Amino acid sequence: MSDITDPDFAVIGRAVSPAPDVTGGRTPPPPTGARRRRRGWGVMSRRELILRYVLLVIVLFIVVGPFLWQLSTSLKGSGEDIYTSTPSFIPSQPTLENYGKVAEAIPVWLYIVNSLTVAAIDVVGNLVFATCAGFALARLRWKGQRIVLGLFLATLILPGEATIIAQFVTIKDLGLSDSLVGVALPGMIAAINVLLMYNAFRQIPEEIDQAAVVDGANSWQRLRYIALPAVQGTIAVIAIFSFIGAWDDFLWPLIVLQSPDKLTLTVGLQYLQGTFSNDQRLIAAGTMIAFIPIAVIFSILQRYFFKGVEEGGVKG
Amino acid sequence: MRANRWFTPWIFVIPALVWLLAFSVWPSINTVRLAFTNASPLGGVSRFVGLQNFQTMFADPQVWEALLNSVVYMAVCLPLLTILPLLIALLVEKRLPGIAFFRTAFYSPVIASAVVVGLIWTWILDDRGVINEMVKALGIVQGPLPFLTDRWLLLFSAISLTVWKGLGYYMIIFLAALGNVGKDLHEAAALDGAGAIRRFWSVTMPGVRGTMTLVGILVCVSALRVFSELYILTNGSGGPGGQDQSVVMLIQQYARGFTGNLGYASALSLLLFAVTLVPMLVLARLNSKAQQ
Repeated sequence: MSDITDPDFAVIGRAVSPAPDVTGGRTPPPPTGARRRRRGWGVMSRRELILRYVLLVIVLFIVVGPFLWQLSTSLKGSGEDIYTSTPSFIPSQPTLENYGKVAEAIPVWLYIVNSLTVAAIDVVGNLVFATCAGFALARLRWKGQRIVLGLFLATLILPGEATIIAQFVTIKDLGLSDSLVGVALPGMIAAINVLLMYNAFRQIPEEIDQAAVVDGANSWQRLRYIALPAVQGTIAVIAIFSFIGAWDDFLWPLIVLQSPDKLTLTVGLQYLQGTFSNDQRLIAAGTMIAFIPIAVIFSILQRYFFKGVEEGGVKG
Repeated sequence: MRANRWFTPWIFVIPALVWLLAFSVWPSINTVRLAFTNASPLGGVSRFVGLQNFQTMFADPQVWEALLNSVVYMAVCLPLLTILPLLIALLVEKRLPGIAFFRTAFYSPVIASAVVVGLIWTWILDDRGVINEMVKALGIVQGPLPFLTDRWLLLFSAISLTVWKGLGYYMIIFLAALGNVGKDLHEAAALDGAGAIRRFWSVTMPGVRGTMTLVGILVCVSALRVFSELYILTNGSGGPGGQDQSVVMLIQQYARGFTGNLGYASALSLLLFAVTLVPMLVLARLNSKAQQ
C-alpha cells in the first residue's frame, strides 16, 4: 500500500507487493532460460564490461548508501558527534549499545512478536486458501466458475486505501478493532494471490491432469500429487510477499491499533521519532531492527524470486 | 467417474470467496453507504446526512491542496519512474559475474517498510543531516536547506523518496519485459552496423513500449495513493500548515479519535477511487486499442 511504493505501493491489493498482470497479456512471458542465457557473454567488449560495472557500482551507491548511512549512525557511540560537519561513514567508537537502548524506549521485542504473529497468520492463510481457490478456478469444472473468477479480477481495480475505512468498520463490527487478529484478518487471503495461483495452475498441461482423472484420482489427490509439485515457485513467491506485506504494512495497523502493547513494529517505530526519543542513533537502530531480518530473508530466497520473474510465472 | 462431487470445488473456493465478499466487495458497497452518513469511529448511531460530506469536501481547501499535491506527485514521478528503472534493468539484464548481488541490492528499498525508508530519509534530509552538511561544506548555500519544513521542498523530498523506493520494483517489471525483446532482432541490427544507442531506440524501445505504458499507469495510481512517505517525513503533521497531505493522509486522520468522522472519510475514499479510476480507464482504453 501501502503504497505508490507498495512497492509499498503494491498497485492493487493491500497485503501484497507484486504487481498483477493487469495488461491482459500485453506482456507475454519471457522466453526460455536457455535463450536468455545465450545472450550476454561473448559479444561484450572489455570496455563495455568495465563501463557496466562502473555504472552498477554508481547505482549501488545511490540505492544502498542510505541504508549503510543509517547502519553507521546506529553503531555510533554516544561520545561521537553525529552532527559533525565532516560526516564519517565509519563509526569512530563502534558500539551496539543503541540497539539495547531501543528496547528501553519502546517494547521492541513485544512489537517484533506482534508483527511476526500478524505475518504468520497472513502467510499461512494466503498459502492454504489462495492455493485451494486458485486450483478450483483453474483445474475443476463447475457452475459459477466464471462469475467467481470475474469477481476476483474485478476487485483488483479497487485501490486498497479507498475501502480501508469500510474495512475498519467491518473489523470493528466483528469486535476485532485494536487487536492483532483484526490487523491480520483482511490480508489473510488476497485476491491477487488467488489469481497468481490460478495462473500457475493453468500452465500445467491438460493431458497430465486428464490421465490422473482416468486413473480415478479425485480432486484432492490431483491437487496434492500433480498440481502442487508443479507450482512450487509461485507458492514461494506468495509466501515471501505475504510476509513482506504484513511485516512492512503501516497504514492499516495504524488505523486498527490503539493500545501501546498491541502495536506492530512499523507503528511502534514511528514513536521512536519524536515522542519517545530525540536520539538519532536510537531511531537508526530501530529501523535496522525492522530492516535487517527482512533483508536477510530476502537475500536467502532471492533466487526463487528472480527465477519466477524470468520464468514469467510472476509479473512484478 | 467418481472423481468430482458437485460441492468439491466450492469447498476449495469458499474460504477465499467469503474473504473477498467480507473484506473487498462489502467494504466497497459500504463505503458508498457510509459516505452519506456521519458515522463515528467510536460507534453509536449514525445518521443519513445526504450530500453534506461531499459539500464539505469540495469546500475544504485541504482537499484541493491534497489533489494539487497528487498532480505534482504524478507529474514528477511519471517520467522518472518510467525511464530510470528501464535503464537500470538494461544494466542488470546481462548475466555478468555478481549480477545476482546487484539485482538483490537494487531491490532492497522495495522490501524495506515505508516507515523504515521514511525514517532513514528523515535523518538524511534533516537540517543537520548528511546532505545539508555536504552542501554546507561545498559552500553552495549558507543555512540548511529546509527539506522537511518548506511546503514545496518537502513535497519534492517525499517524491525523491518514492522514486528511490520504486526504482527496484519497476526494474523487475522491465527485466521481465526485456526478456521478450528478440535477441534475433538485436543481432540482425548489430550485423547491419547499428550501435548500442541505435539498437536501443529501434529494437529495445519498441519492444518494451507496452510495458512502459503499464508502468506509467501503475506509477500514476501509486502516486495518487501515497501515504507513508508524507506521513513519516512530516512526523504525521502534514507539513507546514498541513499543506503537504495526500488524500490518503486525510482519510487516515478522520479514521480515528474523538473528532473522527467515518462518513467524511468515506466520502474522501470515493474521491480517491474516482481519481485513481482515471489512469485505470486510460489503460483499459489503450488495451482495447492494442487488441484491435
